[in-house]
Amino acid sequence: MSLQLENVRKSYRVPGGKSLPVLGIDSYELAQGEQAALVGSSGGGKTTLLNVISGILAPDTGRVVVSGTDIAPMPEVVRDRFRAEKIGFVFQTFNLLPGFTALENVLLGMTFARGRTDRAFAQSLLDRVGLQDRHHHRPGRLSVGEQQRVSVARSMANRPALLLADEPTANVDPGNQGLILNLIRDTCRENTVTLLMVTHATEVAEKFDRVDRLQDFNRPEAVSKESAV
Amino acid sequence: MSLLVIAWKSIRERGLASALTALSVALGVMLMVLVLVISGAVDSAFSQKSIAYHLIVGPKGSGLQLVLSAVYRMQPAIENLPYLYYKELQKDRRVESAVPMAFGDVTEEGFFPLVGTTAEYFTNDYTPGKKFRIGKGGKRINDDFDAIIGSEVARQNQWIIGSQFKIQHGGADGTHVHNEKFTVVAVIQQTGTPNDRTVFVNIEGFYAIAGHETPLGEVEERLTDFYASDPERLKSALDEISVAKAEVEAAVAQGGHYHGATPDAAKEVTAILIRTRSDFDAISLRSDLKEGYQAMAVNPIVPIQKLMNNVLGNVKKGLMVLTGMIILVSGISIFVSIYNSMSDRRREIGIMRALGARRGSVFGIVLVESIVLCVGGGLTGWLFGHGLAVVAAPYVTAATGLLLNPWAVDPMEFVLFPLLLALAALVGFLPAMSAYRTDVADALSN
Repeated sequence: MSLQLENVRKSYRVPGGKSLPVLGIDSYELAQGEQAALVGSSGGGKTTLLNVISGILAPDTGRVVVSGTDIAPMPEVVRDRFRAEKIGFVFQTFNLLPGFTALENVLLGMTFARGRTDRAFAQSLLDRVGLQDRHHHRPGRLSVGEQQRVSVARSMANRPALLLADEPTANVDPGNQGLILNLIRDTCRENTVTLLMVTHATEVAEKFDRVDRLQDFNRPEAVSKESAV
Repeated sequence: MSLLVIAWKSIRERGLASALTALSVALGVMLMVLVLVISGAVDSAFSQKSIAYHLIVGPKGSGLQLVLSAVYRMQPAIENLPYLYYKELQKDRRVESAVPMAFGDVTEEGFFPLVGTTAEYFTNDYTPGKKFRIGKGGKRINDDFDAIIGSEVARQNQWIIGSQFKIQHGGADGTHVHNEKFTVVAVIQQTGTPNDRTVFVNIEGFYAIAGHETPLGEVEERLTDFYASDPERLKSALDEISVAKAEVEAAVAQGGHYHGATPDAAKEVTAILIRTRSDFDAISLRSDLKEGYQAMAVNPIVPIQKLMNNVLGNVKKGLMVLTGMIILVSGISIFVSIYNSMSDRRREIGIMRALGARRGSVFGIVLVESIVLCVGGGLTGWLFGHGLAVVAAPYVTAATGLLLNPWAVDPMEFVLFPLLLALAALVGFLPAMSAYRTDVADALSN
């Protein structure tokens, strides 16, 4: 399995000292190279789930196994390193660093993972997403579609085992949506990278063989009852 | 991609604000460098290195006044010593070189001090290891009214070899202009010492100026006072005066004037520069002079060092504190600039953390930014400071006589950069901690 969640619980503290359960997942799995769309209502915990899977947030309890390693008990600094090496991110708002060129944005991901960079590989990634002549352009000089393509190239910089995409086409014009989606899926397929894509758009979800509805396997209310008991 | 490159890109992203904060550090450091260069030149001008004599002998009085008048020509002379006393010192086995100086007059034009001395003054070093160099076409003093002038005198009065000038009695406020005309026979090349602002004449010429001779009766009185404790020497001196008196009276009896040379016993000097054979000889001679006659010998450095420590030293300290505070304020402006930018950069930091940057890495990036601004600004200021000193050096020398060495590095400058580094770490710490504590999920959701 590339991704395996077992008895994952996550709650937030809210003002007044109460606990707000957000995740209550007994089991969830994705096989190596599998691609799944994750759909769910707003505020349903999708972003929290991605943060827990990526190690940005630690679950209260449970196991989060990525590529055979349970990252839940890891100290933060180890999780950071693991995330850099094994998990790629494509954000809804691209999240490119404005002071860095397209190439530097890709190299930056490598820097944090290994402390060294592979310029040739970074260039090949940009070429792969169709930005051969945009290597030295800063985000401000790229179109929205081009920015998201840089983001896709960056997510692959460390040859991740798992790619998490958070509504990557939501801010892209309709003409580019299909292009970006295909690019992400094809790139993952070529590199046998497991893909979990959060989306609201049914036309995006329809492209996936596997579509998971968060509310089908996430029962935070059960966490509340457990806590009460 | 190193943390330095990442920090540099962040600095460039906020180009104007970064440049202004670095500039404020640069200005502070530039001021400090200028203070150090100027005070270094002042230190050098008033230190042992600048005077190639062990002792200055003059009439009893203020040691500081004696040094300021004989070496720096900034004060009027205290009084005079008998020329015979100079001759005695010359014969002392401990003395390697004794150079008489007679001064008190100034040039009519520019009020530059006039010093009557001997050729030995020019054959001796003016500072240890440095000989006077005479400009092209210059020659030795042969005539009583020949003069050698310093480079600044030549420049300011636009005098060249062959120029003639008159002198006036006393300082700039003196009113009596002597009739004798002196002729420039040589111009000394720049030394960076008070010699540049001095006119030198033959000491015999100095005595030959009308009005510079002391009436023999008065000379007798002064010799009696001076040699009161040494009857043998007094007798020999008075005998010489009696001979001179007899010659003058004989000339007057024949209805004429006395035109012979001034007898040595009637001559006086204002100060005597002494170079001893060893440092110990200098101590021994000074000790001897303390006891006898009416003369004193001072180590030229001691009173000047006192002056430097008590007055100039404090001024230097005050300026250093002031420039230090300017740098501190600049450091605080770096803190404000980086700290204010942190709220705008939360997302940027969140992205880096999501990409795998550890807390320590983002802490380091912000700290390196602070260091780049502080040390980069400091380095720019250091170059500006020395560069400005290069530009200003000729003007400062012309105005003050101080010879600036624009690229002379004060030991304090070696401390400056570690201090800037410490300041950068101090002012960068809080913003760096803010980056360290950034909640990734929060930063990305914003």
